[in-house]
This record gives sequence, structure tokens and C-alpha cells, in this order.
Amino acid sequence: MKKNDHQAVAYLFIMPWIIGFLVFQLYPFIASLIYSFTDFSLLKSMKFIGLRNYIQMFTRDRVFFKSLWATIKYVIIAVPGKLVFALLIAMILNMKLRWINFFRTIYYLPSILGGSVAISILWKFLFSKTGTVNTLLAHFYIPAQDWLGNPNLALVTMGLLVVWQFGSSMVLFLAALKNVPSELCEAARVDGAGRIRTFFNITLPLLTPTIFFNLIMQMINAFKEFNAPFLITKGGPLNSTYLYGMMVYENAFLHSKMGYASAQSWILFLLILIFTAFTFKSSPYWTFYEDGGEY
Amino acid sequence: MKRKRRLTITYMMLSLIGIVMIYPLLWMVSASFKTNREIFSSLSLIPTEILWNGYSKGWQGSGQYTFATYFSNTFYMVLPTVLLTVVSSLLVAYGFARFRFRGKNIMFTLVIASLMLPTEVIIIPRYMLFNKLGWLNTYLPFIIPAAFATYSFFIFMLIQFIRGIPRELDEAARIDGCGPWGTLINIILPLCKPALVSCVIFQFVWRWNDFLNPLIYISSVKKYPMSLALRMALDVTDTINWNQTMAMSVLAMVPPILLFFLCQKYFVEGVASTGIKG
Repeated sequence: MKKNDHQAVAYLFIMPWIIGFLVFQLYPFIASLIYSFTDFSLLKSMKFIGLRNYIQMFTRDRVFFKSLWATIKYVIIAVPGKLVFALLIAMILNMKLRWINFFRTIYYLPSILGGSVAISILWKFLFSKTGTVNTLLAHFYIPAQDWLGNPNLALVTMGLLVVWQFGSSMVLFLAALKNVPSELCEAARVDGAGRIRTFFNITLPLLTPTIFFNLIMQMINAFKEFNAPFLITKGGPLNSTYLYGMMVYENAFLHSKMGYASAQSWILFLLILIFTAFTFKSSPYWTFYEDGGEY
Repeated sequence: MKRKRRLTITYMMLSLIGIVMIYPLLWMVSASFKTNREIFSSLSLIPTEILWNGYSKGWQGSGQYTFATYFSNTFYMVLPTVLLTVVSSLLVAYGFARFRFRGKNIMFTLVIASLMLPTEVIIIPRYMLFNKLGWLNTYLPFIIPAAFATYSFFIFMLIQFIRGIPRELDEAARIDGCGPWGTLINIILPLCKPALVSCVIFQFVWRWNDFLNPLIYISSVKKYPMSLALRMALDVTDTINWNQTMAMSVLAMVPPILLFFLCQKYFVEGVASTGIKG
């Protein structure tokens, strides 16, 4: 009796989530899978066409492959860049200096503004052909680059926007670094390990769970990036920044190919799943948990 | 002596990075006072010829509506969403963190799994659903899902936080005659303050900056939030003065920054103790 009451209360508390999950997450998730086997839009009624969307995507859609490749490149440029930088700065800030709070605030500020339209506008101006970045480079006698117009550079320029927001990951690394017992590092020093060896043998292994968490979240974020390509480059030049999220949006809401866009979104989902699963699977080999690790 | 020199170098490096981080933002503020020519050519943050009208002219907007409309629209869209997110997420997190019930493990796994579900996958059926319900071109697609705790990130964050609150406090409250609800209000809620403030900041900033969802759900200019209004300004101002677009972009960044500075103390506490991303 008592126990059942308890259960009823618990369900009452989580009821909002149960409803929300079923209606706004699970239903759309399944529906989009079903849509992916159909041809339909707001104006057209739904017609089942089996695997035709997928076949078309993989055999005839050149833009699809270009976008897929650009997205993978973008993830590979942006995510490690951001994490390495975040860790490096967190290490420095952890050295018990003065003004830490001041620097931490300054470094965090870009993350607050992150993917806003205002920042996209800013980036477009700073990196335009005659923009501030090129003016700055001219002072060092570096020739002007066409940051957003050169197909080889545009993706890197967008990656820089992600790295600029390293503050969010840095804060997490800082919190994790605080938990590294200083006795361990001192013991290593006493045993004759230098700074660098202490870092690689003591600090880094203890940080791996945080790195793991960051890696997964940042990867997912990068895979679904939409604002930067849509607002800064419109996917150009030559589709070199036509990232996946933008392609799905255009197919669904511009070209009214909702079935096809659903199929594409499922490929994105599978891609994220594969990358995440790979990270999870590999994690026992490189993440270290003090309690021996319960996966 | 050697230590001192190393320290100086470290500070110089930190300051240099700080300048790189903050310069673009300051540049934007200064660009809102510059002429078109100077926006593109000059590195200096101080304009040689100051244009004072960027803010007043920019505020008038390019069409029928001023930025007063866009600003208040954004608040109408964001504030209820943030409030409902925090309330519903706290209730759900409390349920997960303090009760045992059948199916808990599976449900918790689903909360985590939905964290990884990209928006792109569910956005088309959601659009169709909201279309059927007649919610398009209203703020309901933002507000109603928030009331049902669909921003799983916050549930996860609050569960982690509540788990760190000693259960003995709950016990003590129970002995004093508090039911589950009383415990939540009297014990958990006050102790969760840092985490709740973090939730408010994150959700406010994310909803404030959100562009994709308004782009899909909001079609009439009258209901545009800031993000759509700025994008419109970006598209139509090819011939007009850029300082106005810059001025409005600066204004759009003010509320998130203000909130961040006001709540910074709680925020750092909240993030540090839950140990999750920002």
C-alpha cells in the first residue's frame, strides 16, 4: 500500500516528461522515419515510395555527398580545435594565478553569444575580403585572403567561429581540474617526473571522462550546425560550406520535399549515432575512471 | 627571478588571448558608430568620424515595425518558455532523483538518449503537428513543449544536482511532517538555487539566440523575434548604412550578457557542481 502510494507520487512528478516525450519527441522521431519512405509536402498528399528517397540520395544526388563530406570535415576541424584550446587555457588558468575570475569571464563571453544571428553578422564582416582580419594581416605583410569566398578556406573560417567559443568547454575542464588531487602531482614530482610527464601521466588520464563528455556533446552540436552556413556563406562557395543541417532545411521548407528531407535527416541521425557509438566503444581504451569504471 | 619572468609571460599570453576574444565584440560596438567605408577598412576601435544616428535610425527598422516590436516579441516568446522549462524540469528531476518506480532506468536512459537526438530529425513531423494544431505563426511551439519538460538537458542537469543534496535532509523534513511536495518546496528548491539559475541562463540565452525554430514556425514579420529581424536587416540593407545593422546587433546581445553578469556567481557554482557543459 505504502509503496504503491510512493510510486503514484513519483509518476505524478515525472508525468510532464512522459507526455512531452511521447508527443514532442517519440512521435516525431517515428513519424520522420515513416515520412522518409514517402513523397509528400504541405500541398501534396502522402505517397509511399519505398526506398526511393534513399536510392535517389545515394545514387543521383551529388549535392548530398558534397554536403556530407563538408559536414564531416567541419566536425573534424571544429571539435578537436575547440577542445584542445579549451583544455590548454584551462590548464593555465588552473595555476592559481590572480585575476582568474576576470579572465574566465572574458573567455566565456563569446560562448554566451555563440550561435546568435548577431555573431554571424559580425563574422561575415570581420572575415570579408576587405574586412578587419585582412587589414590586420596586412600589418604583418601577410597577403589578404578570401576567407569566405575561397572554397578551401571558408570551412576553416567557420571552424574558427566554433573555436572562438571555447569558453563553454573550458569551464568544464576547469571544474574537472579542481578535482585532480594535488598530492598525486606532487608525488609524481618527487619521483622525478617533469611538468610535461606529470601532465600526460597524471592529469590527462584523470580528465578523460570530462574530455569524453565534451567530445560527444560538441560533436553532436557541430553535426547539426545551421546558423553559420545559412547566414554567413549561404552554403557557398561551390557548396563548400553547405552543411547538412542547411541542406535538410532547404529540402524540407524551401523545395517542399519533406519526404526526401526526412530521409536525409535520418542519415544524419545514423551518422551521429555511428560517431557517438564509436566514441563510446573506444572510451574504455582511453578514458580512466578512478573507481575502476562502471560503463 | 625566473619564476617572476615566467609569470609575466603567462599573464601576457592570457591578456593577448583575452584581447582576441573580446576584440570582435568591441569592434561591433565601435562599428555601430562608423561610416560604411570605415567599417571595412579600419582596425581602430575609435571611429575617426562618429555617426550618432545608428541606434535611433536602426531602431526604426526597414519596414512597418520598429525594433520595439521585435524586442517585446522576443520577450513574449522567451520568458514563458524559460519559466516553464525550469518548473517542469525541476518537477521531473525531483521525481527521478528521489523516487523509485517501475521503468525508471529505461526512462532515464530515454532522457539521456533524447539529448543526442538532433533537431533536424524531429523538426518536420513537429512542423506538421503544429500545423494541424493551428500553432504555426504563434509562440506555442516554443512554450507548450517547455511546459512538458522536453528540454532534456535541464532534467539531466537538475537530476545530477539533486543527487548531490544529502538524503538526510529529506528524511528530516519527512519527520517534521512534510510530504513529497513539501520536501520539494522547503528543502530541494532552496538548495537547487545555483542549478536553477544556471538553467535560467542557459535556456534564456539559447532561446534568445535561437534562429532555426523561429525561422520555421514564425512567418509574419509582425511576430518576428530579434533573430529573424536581424536576419531581415542583413538581407535588405545592401545599400543602407551598415552601422544601423551593427547597432541593432549590439542591442540584441545586451540581454544575454546582462543576465550572465548579474547571475555570474550562481552560474559558476551551478556549473562547477553539476559538472556539465555550457
